[in-house]
Amino acid sequence: MSRPVRTLDGNEAVANIAYQVSEVAAIYPITPSSPMGEWADQWMSEGRPNIWGTVPLIVELESEAGASAAVHGALQAGSLVTTFTASQGLLLMIPNMLKIAGELTPAVFHISARTLATHALSIFGDHSDVMAARSTGFAMLASGSVQEAQDMALIAHAATLESRVPFVHFFEGFRISHEVNRIEQLLPEDIRAMIDDDLVYAHRQRAMSPDRPFIRGTAQNPDVFFQAREACNPFYDACPAIVQKVMDKFAALTGRQYKLFDYTGAPDAERIVVIMGSGAEAAAEAVEYLMEKDEKVGVVVVHLYRPFAAEAFLSALPATTRTIAVLDRTKEPGAPGEPMFLDVSNAIAEAICDGTSPFDKMPKVVGGRYGLSSREFTPAMLKGVFDHLKEEKPMKRFTVGINDDVSNNSIQYDPDFSTEHPETVRALFYGLGADGTVGANKNSIKIIGEDAGLCAQGYFVYDSRKSGAMTTSHLRFGPRLIRSTYLITKANFIACHQFSFMEKLNVLKCAQPGATFLLNSIYGPDEVWDHLPRTAQREIIEKKLKFYVINGFQVAKEAGMGGRINTVMQTCFFYISGVLPQEDAIQSIKKAIKKTYGKRGDAIVQKNWTAVDMAIDNLHEVKVPSEVTSSFDIRPPVPPEAPEFVREFTAEIIAENGENLPVSKMPVDGTFPVGTTKWEKRNIALEIPSWDPDVCIQCGKCVMVCPHAAIRSKVVDADSLSNAPEGFKSVKAKWKNFDGKLFVLQVAPEDCTGCTLCAQTCPAKNKEEAKLRALNMVEQAPIRDRERDCWNYFLSLPQVDRNALNHNAVKDVQLLEPLFEFSGACAACGETPYVKLLSQLFGDRLYIGNATGCSSIYGGNLPTTPWAPNKEGRGPTWSNSLFEDAAEFSMGMRVTVDKQRQYACELVKRLESVIGGELAQALLTSEQREEADIFEQRKRVSALKEKLAQSDSPDAKMLLHIADFLVKKSVWGLGGDGWAYDIGYGGLDHVIASGYNVNLLVLDTEVYSNTGGQCSKATPRGAVAKFAAGGKPAGKKDLGLIAMTYGNVYVAHVAMGANDSHTIKAFREAEAYDGPSLIIAYCHCIAHGYNLAMGLEQQKAAVQSGHWPLFRYNPDLIKQGKNPFQLDSKAPALALDKYIYNETRYKMLSLSQPELARKLLEEAENDVATRWQLYNYLANMQCEPTSDTPASAEATE
Amino acid sequence: MDLTTRYLGLELKNPIVVSPSPLSEQIDSVKRMEDAGAAAVALHSLFEEQITLQSNELDANLVQGENSFAEALTYFPDMGDYKMGPDAYLDHIRRAKEAVNIPIIGSLNGVSAGGWLDFAKKIEEAGADALELNVYFIPTNPGMTAQTLEDMYASIVQSIKKVVAVPVAIKIGPYFSALANVAKRLDQACANALVLFNRFYQPDIDLETLEVKPDLFLSGSNELRLRLRWVAILYGSIKADMAITGGVHTAQDVIKSMMVGANAAMLTSALLKHGIDHLKVVLDGVVEWMEAHEYESIRQMQGSMSHKKCPEPAAFERANYMKILTEYTPQTPSPMK
Repeated sequence: MSRPVRTLDGNEAVANIAYQVSEVAAIYPITPSSPMGEWADQWMSEGRPNIWGTVPLIVELESEAGASAAVHGALQAGSLVTTFTASQGLLLMIPNMLKIAGELTPAVFHISARTLATHALSIFGDHSDVMAARSTGFAMLASGSVQEAQDMALIAHAATLESRVPFVHFFEGFRISHEVNRIEQLLPEDIRAMIDDDLVYAHRQRAMSPDRPFIRGTAQNPDVFFQAREACNPFYDACPAIVQKVMDKFAALTGRQYKLFDYTGAPDAERIVVIMGSGAEAAAEAVEYLMEKDEKVGVVVVHLYRPFAAEAFLSALPATTRTIAVLDRTKEPGAPGEPMFLDVSNAIAEAICDGTSPFDKMPKVVGGRYGLSSREFTPAMLKGVFDHLKEEKPMKRFTVGINDDVSNNSIQYDPDFSTEHPETVRALFYGLGADGTVGANKNSIKIIGEDAGLCAQGYFVYDSRKSGAMTTSHLRFGPRLIRSTYLITKANFIACHQFSFMEKLNVLKCAQPGATFLLNSIYGPDEVWDHLPRTAQREIIEKKLKFYVINGFQVAKEAGMGGRINTVMQTCFFYISGVLPQEDAIQSIKKAIKKTYGKRGDAIVQKNWTAVDMAIDNLHEVKVPSEVTSSFDIRPPVPPEAPEFVREFTAEIIAENGENLPVSKMPVDGTFPVGTTKWEKRNIALEIPSWDPDVCIQCGKCVMVCPHAAIRSKVVDADSLSNAPEGFKSVKAKWKNFDGKLFVLQVAPEDCTGCTLCAQTCPAKNKEEAKLRALNMVEQAPIRDRERDCWNYFLSLPQVDRNALNHNAVKDVQLLEPLFEFSGACAACGETPYVKLLSQLFGDRLYIGNATGCSSIYGGNLPTTPWAPNKEGRGPTWSNSLFEDAAEFSMGMRVTVDKQRQYACELVKRLESVIGGELAQALLTSEQREEADIFEQRKRVSALKEKLAQSDSPDAKMLLHIADFLVKKSVWGLGGDGWAYDIGYGGLDHVIASGYNVNLLVLDTEVYSNTGGQCSKATPRGAVAKFAAGGKPAGKKDLGLIAMTYGNVYVAHVAMGANDSHTIKAFREAEAYDGPSLIIAYCHCIAHGYNLAMGLEQQKAAVQSGHWPLFRYNPDLIKQGKNPFQLDSKAPALALDKYIYNETRYKMLSLSQPELARKLLEEAENDVATRWQLYNYLANMQCEPTSDTPASAEATE
Repeated sequence: MDLTTRYLGLELKNPIVVSPSPLSEQIDSVKRMEDAGAAAVALHSLFEEQITLQSNELDANLVQGENSFAEALTYFPDMGDYKMGPDAYLDHIRRAKEAVNIPIIGSLNGVSAGGWLDFAKKIEEAGADALELNVYFIPTNPGMTAQTLEDMYASIVQSIKKVVAVPVAIKIGPYFSALANVAKRLDQACANALVLFNRFYQPDIDLETLEVKPDLFLSGSNELRLRLRWVAILYGSIKADMAITGGVHTAQDVIKSMMVGANAAMLTSALLKHGIDHLKVVLDGVVEWMEAHEYESIRQMQGSMSHKKCPEPAAFERANYMKILTEYTPQTPSPMK
């Protein structure tokens, strides 16, 4: 039977099977499994049937807990059900997994295995999540490649039906889930042949039905529970044989034979590695290489990990085995060993005891950890392990791949050892996210893998920052099967698509001698040499590289492609790499362009084709000089004045050298210093704003909206600028209380992302030339040095006294120091201006509990983090717990703050004689409503500490440690709409109902932004999102209205772009309110699909159309006899379609399903009208004063 | 009474044709136009520039942020298919044809030579009874001569006539130095009709924001006179039919249009102002007027007041201007009360 050869990633390969053998899938997004659910949802919306000819029903839940419950219910009612998840998501499913397994229900959960969050979150792959689920009673089947992931997915579905044991089928996140590889794709008839309908009928027969009722899920007592729990044993005993039977059936069908435990190696091997997952591919590669050198080594690859079939395992081992290293991709601190090591040890020990061992002598078994969080695992490391096993006394527990200089248990290996085959082309591409490099490479793999029939593999490494993100593409092609599940370190083709990378990195580090180097360069072949750093010149000369340049930007621009150089560079790659004959390559590229972009319109196809045609004519080979001549080198990752930790730790990560940092350099508990983004000068903006002081009206709007705190202002004494550097600008300050002083506005040239939000929002226009404003975008490079000096000088100028400012006015708020700066958020991010504002208003006394999501990634992803201290060393203290619990996590902080303050007050009273009555009374009675009060309280606490330091009493010592709690603290929970509306809603609801003074800021992008735009309950009706590919049919949940029903919750709905003063007022009222507060902030987002430079305009449109009414609900007003609900925006005056159709998320539905889009628009218009009517009614209610509601002094109308 | 007329080779039941506007974007509205008495509907224009812009925008917005960040390699689902390019417009023609019995005229605004031809063919294939070329070109380049511009107009008509069989009208503006000559050249290029005149929307300045803003203002009957004059002058000099568009609001406007020699009177602003049912008011007014003035047919009046047939041809020439000036009496403002 002829099967199609496809190049696809593991997620798609698995989803394709799961979809076809399921009737229902309950899904929820989590990296890296989200694409499986996205594929399933998309196929459903396209009407694609499963193997029984019916279209599966894919439903999104509010969390993985919900998804697993829905799976459980759907199974109980008799459907064939699947789900997809990873990491914490799998943990949330564990309770239902225990139920599903306990009830012997066939099901398959496909897991793109990902690291569990411990000292830090990681999105990357290892086995810690599936290992945490190993006690659920699910069978566990592991895949190590994209091909295997597809095949095992089907084997799991077939085996679960027969065995009645539910299956976890897992494969490493990113390495398999996101690796693109060439596979033979199974046909629907293959899948059909593997699934026995009689088993399906049996599953249905066991299902709940009122037509033949039974009860399942009873509560049992000590008398029978135990026996009942043991009743399932025969099913687990039978399971491995069933799996092997299914594997054999699969082999007969496809020719690919799998075993529960596959062995590769010498028949008389003495040293064995036991491993599962993608590491097994690298291990097999290493073993085959070492066998050619006559080494007696072998590897046992574990496919069925649970139920662990000891007999089958033992039979896979050669009788000659002397030493075994069991490699686990997980860590269980405190355990005698990692799980698989213990399983293997136990199996061998029992066999020896029983006399059933195949060995003449008990082999030595040791356990190793490798590859946590997608840490590289290479044949070199495998060889290190095999070499280590030769030692008389190998370490019983070891790690490989890191340098553990603390526990000294990491084994050594030769990083230069390589098993790469000479026939395999290895190409490395350095690009920017925005330039399309990865997309082009994915196309190239398809061309080579599907059109040319070669083996092809692509793996892509992304930046942890969302703006100016570097991507590295690792591509392998060749006639031989590619099993290299690790990054390329010896490349014979390297392309650098951004010249600026040459200044930052040694992109040629991985070049093999004689390799080809392609550089996108504005400098031509005759001038480029002098613009390369010394390191690059040396690499090119010493490795005798063939060097080509093309001005890709120029070609792309002329072809109408803007900054998208992907097609140009892709064409050059094919032209000079010789992977395919040139003519064939050009035709294939054009065909791929038509396939990829055709549906977006002919104009897109045409301009890409033009770029292809123009590329070759502009490609030039560089004549390489014989000597290094450059006067400069790669610039250091951080400046020498950076703190020691930043120089020795952070800088190594920035320089792409983090993997070489030893354990001793690591914080032991995940604690890091704050304010480190300022040391990483990313220089990602091509243009930055230039200030015209004569036009500026000093309104502060630019400072307020800057997402990266890269434009700031100060008011300084007129005589303080005498030593200002050249080009430093100032103008007379336009404040009554700053008469005679100077206003300065300064851009951080190397931290600005060039998003243009500041220039777009600037209301001041040049009277002589109306196209100019007070801020105008200019090229960064020519003014970088001058502006760097100006920025550093600006930082040296004193901050304005906070007490001298009106914290309600935008004009004054611009002068408050931001304590959140230069984050990795998207350029023009709509969230970070709110986050920054929070730091400006309350930063020096701010606790933040952050839900996982965009705000935790740009807020806390290494190498550098944006939360920063002020010059007194105070600043926001930030932590991320989980996705679902930011409200409760923050409430925990509040409870501690309250408790410690209460205890501190008790101690102050106890120690009144030591402290002095006047100071003690002042400390206890200060209400700290305004900044000035808080300032005074801090002075009192300082005085208190001085006095306490002189006392030896236990109470004094205790109070010394908690005295800071006497200063008012502000506790905020932050997160996106996925948290607040969906997964964290239960907790949020509880916290706002609790009455505790916790402020919750919902950064509402109306979609799960961080995981790529999945639908949340905040997604508006008619918007297209992943998991709502047909446009969301239901309206947006009115979270604010729900919260208001409690009556004691401060609620505000804000949109900074529509009314910045309103936003400030709401933040301050929420903080002042002595109870729970909920602020829902409209955030424009890259997932909305438009030029985000227009984000603030779009916020205005959202408000004007009535989609996003501005309001505040302040319970303090009730006591004053006033209506607590204040509607702060005007009645809708802009047609809803004028707002929504600025955004691709709506427009794409009108382009694909115009009738449906029209219907949903009408319904959405109705939503707006109905909501406005209700709000208007609420705003006009008459209220009577009440006596039982606490009033806050800040309550305003 | 015979209200029929012949325009673009089509036999129309009356001379009232709806000219392109957003009103025709809904099939329901097209149906209502027929019900209210429209003899034909020229659909809103297919803008080649808009199609390209739409493609570029969609592409730019879909690729924004794509393949940059490990957790979000895309931000939108793959929709499988978009009704991009002219597809939606062509669908609209098909649906309009199915919905009504009156002729449907496609309207096209091209940019590139290839675009004009390609889209013209597609509009014909979609079933349009005729094609109106909406040439909206502002010659901002000081290096471009009038001759070049006029050649371009003629060339567009000529090349499109070679590839489509349906009648072709060209809608032009009044800003030609030698309009009669331009009309003659378009006639020689085998245009089946001239539509006089395009209303070039003029941008305005917002004094508060200091921005140039496009501003749609609707036509009034006063704009009709320019059209009346030129149709009157051209009547009998060219073979092509003529339609008046811009300023047709009332029954009287329709009758005047016919009298100067137009084959059809096209209106839109009046419908935007008063609603689609206004067509019936106008049509009833035409009938009423004809009855009152004992006209038997539209054909009877067509051209009766043209330059060639009117009692005072000079009134359509410069003398008209002099007459107005000499008869003008400044109005004295009323004293304040």
